[in-house]
Amino acid sequence: MSTGVYMQMLLLRQAFYIFQEVGRSLKRNSLLNFAAVGTTAISLFVLGVGMLLVINTNEIAKTIESDIEIMVYMKQNLAEEDALALEPVIGRISGVKETTFIPRDEALKSLVKQLGGGDELDENVGEQNPLPDAIKVKISDPHEVNTIAAEIEDLPGVESVRYGGQDFVKKLFSLTNWVRIVGLLLITLLGLCGIFLIATTTRLTIFARRREINIMKYVGATDWFVRWPFLLEGIILGFFGALLAVVVLYFSYGALIAKIQETITFLPLVSSTEVLLRIFEGLLVVGIVMGAVGSTISVRRYLRV
Amino acid sequence: MISFFNVSKVYPNGVKALQGVSLQIEKGEFVFIVGPSGAGKSTLIKLIFREELPTKGQIYISGRSILRMKRRDVPHLRRQIGMVFQDFRLLPDRTIYENVAFAMQVVGARRSEIKKRVPEVLKMVGLGKRMDNYPPQLSGGEQQRTAIARALVNKPSTIIADEPTGNLDIDTSWEIMECFQEINDQGTTIIIATHAKEIVDSMRQRVIALESGKIVRDEHRGVYANAIT
Repeated sequence: MSTGVYMQMLLLRQAFYIFQEVGRSLKRNSLLNFAAVGTTAISLFVLGVGMLLVINTNEIAKTIESDIEIMVYMKQNLAEEDALALEPVIGRISGVKETTFIPRDEALKSLVKQLGGGDELDENVGEQNPLPDAIKVKISDPHEVNTIAAEIEDLPGVESVRYGGQDFVKKLFSLTNWVRIVGLLLITLLGLCGIFLIATTTRLTIFARRREINIMKYVGATDWFVRWPFLLEGIILGFFGALLAVVVLYFSYGALIAKIQETITFLPLVSSTEVLLRIFEGLLVVGIVMGAVGSTISVRRYLRV
Repeated sequence: MISFFNVSKVYPNGVKALQGVSLQIEKGEFVFIVGPSGAGKSTLIKLIFREELPTKGQIYISGRSILRMKRRDVPHLRRQIGMVFQDFRLLPDRTIYENVAFAMQVVGARRSEIKKRVPEVLKMVGLGKRMDNYPPQLSGGEQQRTAIARALVNKPSTIIADEPTGNLDIDTSWEIMECFQEINDQGTTIIIATHAKEIVDSMRQRVIALESGKIVRDEHRGVYANAIT
């Protein structure tokens, strides 16, 4: 029989005993357990809020970026054929996804329409259209917008280029970065607090049971047999902390989203259950790991007999 | 079989607990380790049990070197050795039965096995009728017999007792020693560190006398101290 299989059999046989021990100790230190679960919950809640914030800003930034386009205005005196000839030239610039030629007449029409003027206005300006021919350029990578625009501007016949959204996206990204850094600091701090409290909880349990552990070691218990109940206790504490965080996060985020989308309907907020589930899964895993780390720290010292 | 070859133990605080100790204990022997406090009795026991490692020398337990043993193999060494302490080390919130069963649970014995073996061992030490009592309800002698039952339950090849009668009156001490004698008669090696002079003198077993970390006497059918001194 391999050691692994043997260990599994032992564990099965002893599982009942181990769970009994865990239940006993969880009951014994209820106040401290509460504190450990609470701290873990708070730290994971902050982690969750941070993750949602980052994901949402990313989403918003992506939406805005995909809308970034460069408007290329031709010189007034450029003939339409020459302007048209420029379109494939721009199209060949690397990073350019799509080009649309907008003749000056059409531009005028849409401008007139936007201004809400009727045929009157159209007729009045008809012969002296002040607008140039233009080419609308869509690009594949918003980060290259500067270089592409500069390249286009250098082409003969181009009067000016204009593009928007860039500044806003930059600000948004710096905000996301800031959220990431502050969030990471906060999460690390709170995470350490959670681990510390779980370690303290298990330490108390271990202290209450040091006689037992001592006897266990003397009758030949393996380290893992001694460790399991405490590890499990830590994992359970971490799990419940994470669960609490997830539940609170789920309901508060749901309410917040509903509220925001009532007022700002166009904001592309993440509300797909798939993404939320992945975040919640992550939080649960982090909680469990925190619990395991906390209790392992405490047990280690007592195993040296 | 237990063999010590020129074993020394110096604790980190500089105390020389053992100096150049060599000895051999055969399977099935009954050995008293005697000597004044601080002579190194407890250290000797801790070395057999691999609670401590020697600073110098080599120790073999049934052919295996204690020094070369991996940490994860230590539990298996300890399962071959039953320990009995002066302060009994029972769990007060568990019955006598549970205290003994605990030792079997720890090593992963089957439940059916535990149910069969625990009453058997408790009867052997004369506690068949007290299985459902808690340790505080028992006399010192009964508690120590519970501890012996616990040491015995996993069928170790050796039982080591550190001052097993230190907390007991002389009559009870005799009962305990008789208990050890019975176990020894069935082939289990018994090693007892003790101060109980009368008992050692009348049992006429092998006596290893330690003094300031050295073996000063090792006699079969010996007594606690030489008549001359």
